[in-house]
Amino acid sequence: MSRKNAEPETVSFGPELSRLEEIVRELESEDLELDEALRLFEEGVSRLRAARERLAQAELKVQAVLQEAGGDIRLKDLGG
Amino acid sequence: MSLPLQLNIPTTTDDVWSVAQLSASVKRLIEGHPAPVWVRGEVLQCKVWSSGHWYFTLRDKKSQVRCCLFGLNAARAGKPPADGTEVYVLGRPVLYEEKGEFQLVVSRILPTSAVGRQQQELERVRAALHQDGLFDPARKRKLPSYASTIALVTSPDGAAIHDVVTVTRKRWPCARILVIGAKVQGEGAVEELVQALRMVNRLPNVDLCIVGRGGGAREDLAAFNSEAVCRALAEVRVPTISAVGHEIDVSLTDLVADWRAATPSAAAELAVADRRDVLRLIDDLSLRLASGLSGRTRLVSERLQRTADRLQSRIEAACYTRRDSLDRMAAQLEALSPLKVLGRGYAVPVSPEGKVLKRQADFLPDQRFELRVVDGSVQARVE
Repeated sequence: MSRKNAEPETVSFGPELSRLEEIVRELESEDLELDEALRLFEEGVSRLRAARERLAQAELKVQAVLQEAGGDIRLKDLGG
Repeated sequence: MSLPLQLNIPTTTDDVWSVAQLSASVKRLIEGHPAPVWVRGEVLQCKVWSSGHWYFTLRDKKSQVRCCLFGLNAARAGKPPADGTEVYVLGRPVLYEEKGEFQLVVSRILPTSAVGRQQQELERVRAALHQDGLFDPARKRKLPSYASTIALVTSPDGAAIHDVVTVTRKRWPCARILVIGAKVQGEGAVEELVQALRMVNRLPNVDLCIVGRGGGAREDLAAFNSEAVCRALAEVRVPTISAVGHEIDVSLTDLVADWRAATPSAAAELAVADRRDVLRLIDDLSLRLASGLSGRTRLVSERLQRTADRLQSRIEAACYTRRDSLDRMAAQLEALSPLKVLGRGYAVPVSPEGKVLKRQADFLPDQRFELRVVDGSVQARVE
């Protein structure tokens, strides 16, 4: 797997979960138009699904950090 | 009465031990000692064998004991001490059965003078770091709630990697662990640890850094007490956990790091969230999301109902008002109706063109016209 493909796995859960909290709080608040509520609901559902999938499919990645002679950094998969 | 004759020799019924049985029994007694102990004494006749093992005698004024230091430990101990050197040794008493000899198997040996120097150096570094505020509680950073990339500075062939990986895989498999290898003890360890810690700052997207080594017996903590390593650790830009794998002593990196863990496994538990907790949180959010929406639609439908009710009552009110004014207008119309006037005996002259003839001038001689009366019309002619 190339490094590029691996990047999305490292997207932090922190902002994701805070956004979900925010959506739920807005949805629970009194003054919200129905179309806005529906939009938030849809966003929330798709984010929750994505989060679940990521937790279910994720596989720990272990890489060694190596320094090349020129000072560049290279990552080498250790296979976990 | 004579006393029974006592030969004081074993009989066939007596329990006679073999030498091996005796040795095994004594061995159990001696080796039952649970943990290695530190012993202080003077080294005598230290011999280094081609296998790398050291054999020497440790003595004080009253006693002496044979000691051996096996290859790997001997290699770490540096030069063999000269006769008369006062040392601390960390060892475990054993029985060398083949010779029936009681020995101390030593894992560490430290000249007492060096210990004194090490202690002084430790105090100096501690004071210097304290002076510069590196132990200040206000410096301590919080750990991120959902760390995804963890830099692990440790020995590439130590147990710490395995422990951190195992715990992280179980708790938070979406993480990525970047292992930055460094010697953690012996010559060059300080330099390699410093370099590895600096490397952490060059890596993008790192959420936190664990620096540590596998646990086990008491070993050399010197690198983790060195000023250079402590300062490099303080300069790491992400929150740090020191896990030196030492239950008893605290190393200076433990004091400088934002967090301290007793073992690398404990550090991994601190470092990452537990997937099960997050799944529970997600379940909870799903429920709240669904009930949030249904609450919202209920509110909206209630509001719609209220609007409809209001609309209806408005219309009804409007209709009522209209009807009322219609009635009034009808009455007014009624009052103004010419038929009413005609009813009182008046008649209205109308020309054949349908024009009301109001004045004398409107009546031309011999003109025909119509007189409208209350119940119809009468044909007439001007004389």
